[in-house]
Order: sequence, then structure tokens, then C-alpha cells
Amino acid sequence: MPDPIAVANAIAAGVLLGGFYAAVALGIAIAFGLLDIPNLAHPAFVVMGAFAAWQLNSRLALDPVLAGLVMAPPFFVLGLLVYRLYYVCFERRGEAQLQGLAFFFGVLFITEVTLVLTAGADYRSVSASYIGVSLSVGGIILPERMLVPFGVALAMIVLLHQFLVRSFMGRAIQAVAQDEEALRLMGVSPIKVKALAFGLATATAAIAGALLIIVQPVEPSIGRDFIGRAFAAVVLGGMGSLYGTLLASMLLGITESIVSDMWNPSWAPAIAFGFLLPTLALRSSGLLGRRL
Amino acid sequence: MTNSIGRRAALAGMVGTAAVTQSRLAWAADPIKIGFSIPQSGGLAALGRQALLTMEIWANDVNAKGGMLGRPVQLVTYDDQSNPANVPPIYTKLLDIDKVDLIVTQGTNLTVPAMPIAMQHGKMVLTMLALAINDKFKYPRFFQTMPYGPRGKQSISEGFFDVAMGMNPKPVTVALVGADAEFAKNAVDGAREEAKKHGLKIVYDRTYPPPTVDFGPVIRGIAGTNPDIVYIGSYPVDTSGMVRAARELNFRPKLFGGGMVGTQATTLKADLGEMLNDVVSYELYCPAVADKFPEVEPILKKYQPAAKEKGIDPQGYYVPPFTYATMQILEQAVTGSGGLDQDKLAKYMHATNFKTIVGDVKFGPDGEWDHQRLLWVQFRGLKGQGMEQFTNPSAEVVLHPVEYRTGELRYPLGPGKQ
Amino acid sequence: MSNRLFSALIAALVVALWLAGRLVSNEYVFFVGYAVVQYILLATAWNLLGGYAGYINFGTAAFFALGAYIAVAINKLVDLPVPVLILAGGVAAGALGLAMGYLTLKLRGVFFSIATLAMAIVFQAVITNWSFVGGASGAYVLRPNEGPWGGSYVEYLFYLMLSMAGGAVALARIIERSRVGYGLASIRDDELASEASGVPTLRLKVLATVLSGALMGMAGAPLPFYVAYLDPPSAFNLSYAVNTIAMPLVGGTGTWLGPVIGAVLLTAVQQGAMVTISSAANLLLVGLLMVAFITLAPNGIVGLVRGLANRPSTGGNKK
Repeated sequence: MPDPIAVANAIAAGVLLGGFYAAVALGIAIAFGLLDIPNLAHPAFVVMGAFAAWQLNSRLALDPVLAGLVMAPPFFVLGLLVYRLYYVCFERRGEAQLQGLAFFFGVLFITEVTLVLTAGADYRSVSASYIGVSLSVGGIILPERMLVPFGVALAMIVLLHQFLVRSFMGRAIQAVAQDEEALRLMGVSPIKVKALAFGLATATAAIAGALLIIVQPVEPSIGRDFIGRAFAAVVLGGMGSLYGTLLASMLLGITESIVSDMWNPSWAPAIAFGFLLPTLALRSSGLLGRRL
Repeated sequence: MTNSIGRRAALAGMVGTAAVTQSRLAWAADPIKIGFSIPQSGGLAALGRQALLTMEIWANDVNAKGGMLGRPVQLVTYDDQSNPANVPPIYTKLLDIDKVDLIVTQGTNLTVPAMPIAMQHGKMVLTMLALAINDKFKYPRFFQTMPYGPRGKQSISEGFFDVAMGMNPKPVTVALVGADAEFAKNAVDGAREEAKKHGLKIVYDRTYPPPTVDFGPVIRGIAGTNPDIVYIGSYPVDTSGMVRAARELNFRPKLFGGGMVGTQATTLKADLGEMLNDVVSYELYCPAVADKFPEVEPILKKYQPAAKEKGIDPQGYYVPPFTYATMQILEQAVTGSGGLDQDKLAKYMHATNFKTIVGDVKFGPDGEWDHQRLLWVQFRGLKGQGMEQFTNPSAEVVLHPVEYRTGELRYPLGPGKQ
Repeated sequence: MSNRLFSALIAALVVALWLAGRLVSNEYVFFVGYAVVQYILLATAWNLLGGYAGYINFGTAAFFALGAYIAVAINKLVDLPVPVLILAGGVAAGALGLAMGYLTLKLRGVFFSIATLAMAIVFQAVITNWSFVGGASGAYVLRPNEGPWGGSYVEYLFYLMLSMAGGAVALARIIERSRVGYGLASIRDDELASEASGVPTLRLKVLATVLSGALMGMAGAPLPFYVAYLDPPSAFNLSYAVNTIAMPLVGGTGTWLGPVIGAVLLTAVQQGAMVTISSAANLLLVGLLMVAFITLAPNGIVGLVRGLANRPSTGGNKK
């Protein structure tokens, strides 16, 4: 019978990890979950965000989270531009998912290589006062290095959800996900709405990148490790639901954590992804999804 | 007499990026071509780029002194993108089309694919940073310059356990953990044998997948078995993750460390900073032994400015010294055997005691060093973060081998901040 | 041109190349050639499911690596000639395709693709933990120096791969023009309508997946002999997944010719860049090419040529 404190620790670590995964997956939850744009390059944007945070942190001694927030507007603009290109080349022609997928694969490589050429192939980290320190709550140890990203991720998701539900633009984004034609008939340009949403998704990459480099050292090619987890979280959680993505990310995090701690770390990714397959088979709308 | 040439060579070394083929001196003879593939992109690029820069510095140095056998050296190299499948076509091109005279390789899984091709052509293979390759091929013309010695796998833990058994009271239990990747797995395999040899009880023996993000659960799993010693075989990102997680969870066994790749890399050391205190890992060279190997510093002085410019390891204690030594060995072999005959070269390599910037090098019959010489160090007195403190000899105390020792093991693991 | 004639032409081409190859003494040709025909095979295999049926498989690596690892596993136990290992790899990968098909083909669109990605990741974890084939430390394969007719061993591997690629192309063409092919095309165009018209969609999709997987496994089986070393990161390398998607896209997904053109073009560019420009810029080139082709020629080169050929010379009907 495993020690309850140990189990509680494992679950707590998984929750924090899951929150971080959700921050990375958030951009895909918006772009893919809501807009059906299969943005495979998102993890590379996250890594780009991590490098941006590194630069600001090492040159201007800016706190990484702050650096992420500072970089969010330029990333927003980047998202607008990328969407424009995507729209002009693919969506307008009605070309299906395949070409879009390949396009974003290409962008993934281009982003990664540009990072190598500009920032070098070495590992980079940031310094912050909360790295290396832990909080102890009733026998459960919470490293601040994971706690801070968790908190920021949670804040991002809640804020974005409120935006989607309460603001005009937010509801327009949800509307464009449900019925683009109807939106157009109501006098709102779906293209502008989608561009805005995609810009938001890319802006989250700036912040998620800052969180990434707080959690671990970063080098240009590690984006590829996150493609699987991010898409799995979105699909598992249900397309179109931000809270679903959060829940699914936490499930993935908790599974990885418990398997690593109590059994064998080597099998952690297999088990986590193993969750995905039966879920898709049995309930393809995911955990909290509303549509197929 | 050598002042002006020396200065010119130093300048040439510092420019660094210039292709060596563009020599400004007029040469009477054809160049000697040295061919190799090197990872300039992908996961191994950090090491590959350091090696390439060092080889360019060496080539400039050699050419400034008149070349090898009166002929200039020319490096012919291609990027294998850290992918073993790219290695066969590259070496085939080097040998069949570029017609290189000599081959050098780097990295275990980037050397193995080249072996059949080199063997078919009868070429001597001079390798760096590769582990236990010749166990399988048994090629008499194979030489490897990383000081693993004849028992490669065990060498990555032999010294560590020798140091461990010096603790009083003697340790009883050990936890073995490593990344699911080539070097790490070999390191842990060797450690397992060393542990058994010393009669230690193995209470944890697991691996983790490299893209693990949070190492807290792994550390907790290990801590739950309450080991005296923790031996880790890890790569840079997981090295960083394991050390951080251990500090955050206040996990303090008697001895913590192992074959941890990344503790040699300046930026990683700088980031971990004081969290590394009391951790034991291996080095090839560090400032603590600078007085034993006085010729390394001048080479590093050429390397460091160029490295900074290129965004690669700015201190260069790990790859550059042994890379330069490898090329020195090549030069001495060519000059000593009087030519490029591969058979004569190989025989000369087996027979000679080479004098290099990292000391004397003698190869055993298997092509490895005839004895192992990894330096086992313990990090001490580090404060906060930052890389400057690692230029201080007292930052890394050498525990093993005995002839290079600068201090004693401190145990158990203290708190990170000291 | 009838299928029989086409297949005969392909066979003749392979024999002709073999004869020409006997005159070549430069080994480099065979090494690069291997890479090219390997990708022709992979791209053609992928296109059976991806281009013909419209189901995008991200898990190419799983089938390819399975073929490679089966070859390693058998080779450790008993010394069998490579063609036998290739067949074994094909059978194993085909079986994996069958399993994957029944598990995931009920999913539509990108869900299927994500599921294939998940399967590849799970499979990689399984292989990494399989210590018999070396697990994470990788496996060494010592290859003989010479092939059965006296040329080098890699020359032999090249012709094996060439024959398989030729066979795959012929198979693709046969499928394309058969009822199976029309069925797959109808699935690609509108699966619901197709199902409603009585097309056995699941059976056809599973067939395509099994064939596609088996061919990919066959492409993977000789790899350990080509490289002499196999470890999970290189067997499951992302570049296999990316290239097998990019090549049919660049060439054109609707027909057997597209993957061939795409494979030859992209492999030649990558191999050429590797020994000329040779730096991190290589990957950049692949990325830029992919993006450029896809934005400018979304139906691939085949589509581009057809479009140019079909442009009316006079005014004609304008929609």
C-alpha cells in the first residue's frame, strides 16, 4: 500500500506539470480546437518565445514571466501575419487539411533552423529568484520552478476563457468556430476574427515559451518533443474547450508523474499517450468537447 | 624566431570562421586532405561545432608552422545533422570523390556507420568522443582518443565508485538511473557491474525517456528507496532537471552524481550554479589541473574569443583540449611514419607514446587508451549562478585518479546554497 | 497503357539500371541512390493512404522502424539473407497496419492523424525498452563486404530497394485504376456519400493501411545494413515522417507519378545540399521548399503540369 503522502506528492507534481503542458497546448487549443487550423509549428513558436525570454532575461535582467508578457504583442502580430499567409494560400482556395499541415511542418523547420542560425545550438536557461526554491505545504513539496508556470498558465486560461465568453470579439471567435457563414451574414468578417484568434494563439506561445525556459533548459530542436503532447491534450480535452485542454493536460501530467514515481519512468509517455487512443475510440468528442 | 608566425597563427585562430582552404601562404605541394562528417545541426551540434572550431585552429597552427611533411592540411567536412543515416553517403563521397587522405570521426553513433566504409578502403580511423566501438569491429586501424581505456563502459563509473568506497562508514546501497539513450545506458550498464564488483546493493535501477520534463517524480522514486549512493547517466537537459529536482526536494544522499553529460558544458554549469555543490561528475580537463597540462591554456585562449562569437561553449574545457590533442596525434603519426600509408600509420599509432597538450597518450591493442583517465571532480564553494566562478581551480576539486587529486570527497551531499 | 505493359516497363528499367550499375565504380552513386529509391518507396507507400484515400498518416516512423527492428531481431538469432528479412519486416508492419486500422480508422480527418502520431510515440517507447535489440543504446549490424554478384553490399541493397520501389509504383498504378482505387478516391472526396452509396469504406481503408504499412516496413528492413547502426532516435527520426508527407505533396498526391517526382526531387536536393552547403541551412532548405511548393503549387508538380496543359488556348468557356 503506497504511502499516501508519496501519492499526494506525485499527484501534486502531476497537476503542476499538467498546468505547464496546458500553457503550451493553449495556442493549439485555439488555433486547432476552435479554428481547425492544424498549426504544427506552434511548439517551435513556443521555443522561439523561450529564446526571446532568454535574451531579455540575460541582457536586461527581466523576470522571465515579464519577458513573456512583453513579447506577447510582437508574437500577436506574427500570428496575424502567419494567418494571412495561410488564408491566402490555403483557406481561400478551399484546400483541405493536408496542405495546411505540410505548410506548418515547413514553418516548424524554418523556425527551428532560424533559431539555430541566430541563437546558436547551445542550451540556454534563465535565472530567477524562484528557481531552485520549494514551497512545503503539509508534507507536499511544490518546487516554485513548477508552481510559477502553473499559476501563470492557469491565469492565462481563465482570462482567455472569460474573453471568449464575455467579450464581443471572444464570442465572435466561438461563432466562427461554429458557423462561419452565419457570422458573415451578421456582418462580421470571419477572416478578421480568425486572424485575431490566431494572433492570440501565437501570443500565448510567447508566454508559454517563457514558462518553458523556467522549467528546463532550452535548445532549438526541443519543440518537437511537445508536438505530440500538445495535440493530444487538445484532442483528449475536446476540441473547442479550453478547460477541456487544461483537464486533459493535467491528466497527462498526473499519469506521467505517477508512472514515473511509482513504477517506471521509461513507460510514462507510452501510458500517457495510451490514454489518448481509447478515448478517441470511445468518445471522440473528448472529455469536455461539444462537437465532433 | 617564431614570434611573428606565432602571432599570425593566433590571429588566424581567432578569426576562426575563415575556411582553412584559403591559405594566404604560397605552397609548393598539394594539400593533405583530412575528411570527416561533423554534426553542425541537430542534437549533437553543440559538441560538433566546438570540435570543428578546434580543428580549424589546429589546422591554422599546423599550416603556420609549415604544414605536415611540407604540405598544407585541408579540412574537408560536411554536416551530418546528428543523423547516423547521413554518415554513409558522406564518407563515401569523402573517400571516392573528394579523395581525402585521412579520416577523423566524432561521436559513437556517428562513427559506427562510417566503420564498414573506412574498413573497406583500409583507412585508419581516428575517433573522438566515442564509446566502445571497437568491441564489435575489432579493427586494428581504429583509434579513439577519449580516455575511456580498455574497459569503456565501466570507465564511466569506475573512478566514481572507487571514490564512493572511500567513505566511512562504507556505503551499502546504490540507486542507478539513466536516460534511455546510448551513452547514458552504457554508463549505467557499466555502473551496474562496478556496483556488483564492490558488493553494493542496488535498490533502484530504472531509466527515463529523454523528453521528460519534470524530474521530481523520478527523484522521489529514488528517494523512496533511501540509497547511500545515486549514480546517474544523463544528457544535458536531464542532468539539469535531475540536479534541480534533487535540490528542490531536498534530497541529500551521501553521494550524488555519475556520468552526467552536461556538467562539463559551461552554460549548463553556469545556470545550475550553486545547485551543483557537492555533486560528483567527470571532466576531461578543468582549471584545477591546469598546472599539470600547461599547454592547454594557450589553445583555449585562441578558442574562447571565436567560440563566443559563434555562440558555442565559451570556456571550452570539455571538447577543445582533447580534440586538439587528437589532431596533434594525427600530425605526429603522419610525420613520424613518414607518409600517408594507412598500414604504416596504424602500426606507428600502436607503437608510439604520443606527447600532447593533454599529456602522454598511448594506445592499447584495441585502439583505446591503454588506461582510463577520466577526472572525477566534486563541485565546491559555488555561489549563485554564473560561469566566471568555474575558471577558479577550487570550483571543481579533482578526487580521482590519485595522481591528479586536489582534494578529498565531502559527504553527505550538503544543501545547495552554502 | 495497360497495367501489364507498365509493370513490364518498370521491370525492364530496373534491369537496365542494374546493367548500367555494373559499369559504375563510384560507390557514392549507390549510397545516394539508396536514399532516393528508399524515399520513392516510402512516399509511394504513404500516398496509398494519404493521397488516394485522404487519410494523413503521421506514424510513418512506426512502420519504418518496425521493419528495421524486425530485421535486427531476426539477424541476431539467425543469419538469413536480406530479402527474407524484408519480407518479415513487411509482414510485421502490415500486421501493425491492420491493428492500427481497426483502432483508428473510425476517426475522421485530423483525429486519425493525431492517433497515428500517438501510436508512433507509444511504439517508440516499446522499442526503447526492448533490450534484445539494444533498446536505447542501439544495435550494431555487421554487414558483409560484398553482394551476391560481386559488387559492394550497398550496391546490392540499392538494387533490392530499387526493385521494391518499382514494384510499389506498379502496385500504386494498378490500385489507382482499379475498383479499389475508385473506392478510395470516393472516400477522399466525400466519405459519407461514399458510405451511403454502398462502398465498403472501412474495408478499403484498412486495405490501404495494411498495404501502406507493409511497404513502409519493407523500406525499413534494409536500413540497419545500410547504416550499420540502429537506435530509436534515428529509426524514429522526424525527418522520415516529414519527408514522406512532403514528397507526395510536392509531386502531386492524386497519382503514382507524384510521389516519385517528389521523392527524387527532394532527396536529390537534400543529398546535394548535404555535401555542398552543408550546415544547419539544410533543414531550412527543406522547410522553405515545402512551404514554397505548397503555397505556389498545391496540387504538386503533376497538378501544375496538368493545369498548364489544360489551359484553353482560345477564349473558351469561362466560369
